[in-house]
Amino acid sequence: MTRQSPRARLAWTVGLSVVVVYAMVPVLWLMSLSLKSPDSVADKKVIPENISFENYEALFAGGLDSPLLRPLINSIVIALTATVIAVTLASFTAYAIARLDFPGKGLILAGALAIAMFPPISVVGPLFDMWRTLGLYDTYVGLIIPYLTFALPLAIYTLVAFFREIPWELEQAAQVDGATPWQAFRKIILPLAAPGVFTAAILVFIFAWNDFVFAITLTSSDSARTVPAALAFFTGESQFTAPVGAIAAAAVLVTIPIIIFVLIFQRRIVAGLTAGAVKG
Amino acid sequence: MTALSLGRKKAKRAPISDKTRAERKLALMLCAPAVFVMLLVTLYPIGYAIVLSVQKVDLRFPAESGFVGLDNYAAVLKSDLWWQDLFNNTFVTVVSVAIELVLGMALALVMHRAIFGRGLIRTAVLIPYGIVTVVAAFAWFFAFDPESGFVNTLGIFEAEKAWFGDRWSAFAVIIMAEVWKTTPFMALLLLAGLATIDNGLYEAAKVDGASAVQRFFRITLPLLKPALLVALLFRMLDAFRVFDSIFVMTRGSQDTESLSILSYNQLISRLNLGLGSAVSVLLFILVLMIAFVFVKGFGTAVPSQGDRK
Repeated sequence: MTRQSPRARLAWTVGLSVVVVYAMVPVLWLMSLSLKSPDSVADKKVIPENISFENYEALFAGGLDSPLLRPLINSIVIALTATVIAVTLASFTAYAIARLDFPGKGLILAGALAIAMFPPISVVGPLFDMWRTLGLYDTYVGLIIPYLTFALPLAIYTLVAFFREIPWELEQAAQVDGATPWQAFRKIILPLAAPGVFTAAILVFIFAWNDFVFAITLTSSDSARTVPAALAFFTGESQFTAPVGAIAAAAVLVTIPIIIFVLIFQRRIVAGLTAGAVKG
Repeated sequence: MTALSLGRKKAKRAPISDKTRAERKLALMLCAPAVFVMLLVTLYPIGYAIVLSVQKVDLRFPAESGFVGLDNYAAVLKSDLWWQDLFNNTFVTVVSVAIELVLGMALALVMHRAIFGRGLIRTAVLIPYGIVTVVAAFAWFFAFDPESGFVNTLGIFEAEKAWFGDRWSAFAVIIMAEVWKTTPFMALLLLAGLATIDNGLYEAAKVDGASAVQRFFRITLPLLKPALLVALLFRMLDAFRVFDSIFVMTRGSQDTESLSILSYNQLISRLNLGLGSAVSVLLFILVLMIAFVFVKGFGTAVPSQGDRK
């Protein structure tokens, strides 16, 4: 490392800066727009002249009837519920695939892969019709179920890859040394499995948080509409004012937690994204 | 399945122990809930979509419902809109995946040989991955918007350029947003592939006098092929269902509609479940064909043959 020539270091610094700037430009532009007051939102200046928090205040004015609060609560509850259920079910399946010998193993993995490639829009029509008949249209459950389906393959692949790396013999070794099965599970297996489970949870959460197709087709009001769908239907104070500032502010609010998330858990995210695909 | 393998299975079944049986039972119980949920929202609805697609089901005119055979498919395949949208899908997929492949490969190589700041670059590429697609689409839309965007003030383009008033400039922004959002995924998969290549090969090639370009084309590319094909397959299938960016930026105006948007318009806006389902089923078949070509044609080793370690 120290033997790199100054020119190589300079080229590297330039390259690094280009990548970082390119990655950050849209986010910084949204922040800039969100901090402009309504009368200066169209001034096209990169840095706002007067910083105003009007857009943020407007998003939450009116409590539960405000433009953003309900969708934000919906998004958080729906994404968290889907994550917990998906990771639990996927852990069972991944444990069976990684550790037990049974026929149909390959079929389950192949089926999960097929679902990962499935176009969600192809099931939107039938789900729309079924959910209206079953009373699931425009409800939390109506969104959680499809999120589970499309997140499970991702979670199963990630967890199988992680579970295969766990030295399961340690469990028996601990029991030989006098630990109870519960102790062996809690003190040996759980700490080894936790990082994989956590990684799967992050990926599932990002998936559910990001979804737009189901969110706009299976909801019709703020009772279950999530943030991405709500953003697309934001309207200005009158139909003639485009709610640029409001959308930008809401976009910043849902992006900052993700950026913090990514900063803290980047190693796990990278490991999870590539675990299923490369190790096979 | 051949007779030989059947015979072997039978022979195996004879000495099956209680332990094996208990293990299988446990395995099936553990897998059942996940399998059930996965099938609930895919197999049943796609079957239902096929049923809907051979009927006239228009929720605005419920009295006129009835079996119409393949009429819906004929109507879809005869419409100019279907062919235009199929072209749009193919265009967006091919162009965006091609750009992503080049940028992703460059990024992966850069990250692989990082001199310093490896953590910084990883964080930077993960930000687009983590951002909600709709938010990313709005960010680029506002950046290029002639009313409030900064892009037209840069002096590179004409100051009044209406990016979303023309098909090709609208596509340029849509593709740019897609590329920005999904290049990190490509780069990370390729980076993981690069990590599996033995460094000794490069040392040996260097000793034999191979140039950097030769090393890339003779060592890196062939050994990266499995990871490359998997990344390409996933990204192509993903790009082929493009919906969010187009919905946010143009809603399909200026002839930028994609097949997913067409399907959405028929199903949700016009409530024509029969015609919309025919579009959905056709889109499903197209996706199957892409996957089939990759797996059978290019021999993409999809990570499904899970038994090998």
